[in-house]
Amino acid sequence: MIAFLLRRLALGVMTIWLISVLSFVIIQLPPGDFVDAYIAQLASSGSSVSAEEAQAMRLQYGLGQPFYVQYGKWISRVVVGDFGESMEWRRPVTQVIGDRLWLTLLLSLGALIVTWTLALPIGIYSAVRQYSVADYIFTLVGFIGIAVPNFLMALIIMYFAFKFFGASVGGLFSAEFAMAPWSWAKAWDLAKHLPLPAVILALGGTAQLIRIMRANLLDELRRPYVVTARAKGLSETRVILKYPVRAALNPFASNIAYLFPYLVSGSIIISIVLGLPTVGPLLVKSLVAQDMFLAGTIVLLLGVLTVVGTFISDLVLMWVDPRLRHQMD
Amino acid sequence: MAEPILSVRNLQTQFAAQEGVVHAVDGVDFDVFEGRTLGVVGESGCGKSVTARSILGIVESPGRVVGGQILLRPAKGGAPIDLLTLSPKAMRDIRGPEIALVFQEPMASFSQYYTIGNQITEAIRLHMGMDANAARARAIDLLDMVGVPQPSRRVDEYPFQLSGGLRQRVMIAMALACDPRVLIADEPTTALDVTTQAQILDLLRELQQKRGLAIILITHDMGVIAEMAHDVAVMYLGRAVETGPVGEIFSSPKHPYTRALLRSIPTVLAKPRTRLPTIAGSIPHPFNRPTGCPYHPRCSEIITGLCETAEPPAVGEASREVRCFLHGGRP
Ligand SMILES: Nc1ncnc2c1ncn2[C@@H]1O[C@H](COP(=O)(O)OP(=O)(O)O)[C@@H](O)[C@H]1O
Ligand SMILES: [Mg+2]
Repeated sequence: MIAFLLRRLALGVMTIWLISVLSFVIIQLPPGDFVDAYIAQLASSGSSVSAEEAQAMRLQYGLGQPFYVQYGKWISRVVVGDFGESMEWRRPVTQVIGDRLWLTLLLSLGALIVTWTLALPIGIYSAVRQYSVADYIFTLVGFIGIAVPNFLMALIIMYFAFKFFGASVGGLFSAEFAMAPWSWAKAWDLAKHLPLPAVILALGGTAQLIRIMRANLLDELRRPYVVTARAKGLSETRVILKYPVRAALNPFASNIAYLFPYLVSGSIIISIVLGLPTVGPLLVKSLVAQDMFLAGTIVLLLGVLTVVGTFISDLVLMWVDPRLRHQMD
Repeated sequence: MAEPILSVRNLQTQFAAQEGVVHAVDGVDFDVFEGRTLGVVGESGCGKSVTARSILGIVESPGRVVGGQILLRPAKGGAPIDLLTLSPKAMRDIRGPEIALVFQEPMASFSQYYTIGNQITEAIRLHMGMDANAARARAIDLLDMVGVPQPSRRVDEYPFQLSGGLRQRVMIAMALACDPRVLIADEPTTALDVTTQAQILDLLRELQQKRGLAIILITHDMGVIAEMAHDVAVMYLGRAVETGPVGEIFSSPKHPYTRALLRSIPTVLAKPRTRLPTIAGSIPHPFNRPTGCPYHPRCSEIITGLCETAEPPAVGEASREVRCFLHGGRP
């Protein structure tokens, strides 16, 4: 089992390295570089950059060098914790990202919790009371949830919140806390702002998860071991929760890891619409500006989080699935 | 003979499907006695498993028991109680301490997520009010009793760690966890190899002698009936077409279907490499129940003009009944 975990760990490190190379390649794929993008941006606002200036900038960032040299320089600094400087913001990348990474994580975690607390009980109910009125209603609502893009949902909710409550639902902080240093008051302010975006972000996934849970459980409810449990005289609730639900939950342990990137990419559009300070909008901007070090760092950090998530998910799966545990030994 | 411990009277269980109603059990009658084994035999699909689940009140939807009586004589004596009239809560107290079930597929009938100890002790704790330690000790004793080696180690293992034969022993231990008076074994040996099959049947017989268990042994195998049963109920399309003591069923079978079943047992006297006779025709689709006697389309002794239209009633005394116009009951 230890050997297996070590293997997974090594594989995780390999994956992160691959992600770093790929992200670097992809960021370089569009024609031109940061300086071209910078010149174009200045030109659109009427000013210009001389050829010498441009040359100096390219030299400063090492943009003229071959790809592998640029990558080598970057990654050798990254491994000692120096993520370089954002070209666009002219500040260290870590400063630019600031709290955004943790806020992204928090939002995704919030969405995950909302997804599970809504989807699992509803999925169980729909399966146990298959074809009941409630099951049909959940199915209908679920399909709407899958079909409506979540940014549209965000816009609709914003509109109604503004129209009926006069409330502005954007952002994760009230104006007075946005720039303030961390304090209990600021954390409480965040806690008040978090639920709505988390719910919006969770809707699509919830609808999907209800379908999956319902299908899994319907499958398990027909199995002979459920009859065995009933024949023991257990109450129906106990029978269902202890046996088929337990079996139907198993796949979700492996699902944790894949949900995370899904939620992060889903959060980009919502974050733009709702003005949330997550890494999503920053990533989009840095890609447009070809701000290599910033974009590279964000992609790399998300990659690391996903790999860590996969690892945790493996551990959880091993913990909950006795068959898997015994295959290991 | 003594009073039966369990009597099933005119039991009817139906499944309401979109295409129509399946009469899975359609008027079954039989009696089960303490210390004796009732063999219920019939081709696959004739309603044996549904009968077993009906007795325990665990027919899954869309199935429903729509008629009849299931009379259980209380342990303390007194008038029999009809299980179909019990509340769901009272019925749960029957499952395990009064009537228990052993299933055909020992692998699929266990959850793979809990140890066998967990799955045995939950019934003990629920019905016998024992604490975790006492229940565990009892589970180990039960495993020992059904011949599981090293029971105190095995109790913490998962079903997938056991062989098929051991799993079925554990299943029997689990069924006996709360000292039931009636054990229903639904094809308990069908999924096992021949040697293991014989061992499991031996175990059942031994347990019956020790505890005076009443056993309902469900099988499609006349060989198993010959070896195990004291009494026999032959089922065809949801109905017991012939009942009687095992000796009489084998020496003087009355119903043409019983005779056909008996012809299909291999014997040591048969010439090698000859085909076993099979029963002509196939079981009708459950939606297309034949009118009259349900067996008439396959029957070689059909009384034309009668069997197609009229249903033969049960004739004979309670311990030896047959539903066939060849033996009486003509309108
Ligand atoms: N869940 C169900 N839904 C519909 N029909 C069923 C269901 N379970 C059993 N049946 C029907 O009941 C009849 C008897 O089945 P069963 O008791 O399992 O037969 P067997 O004698 O082989 O044990 C079959 O015709 C089967 O189609
Ligand atoms: Mg069956």
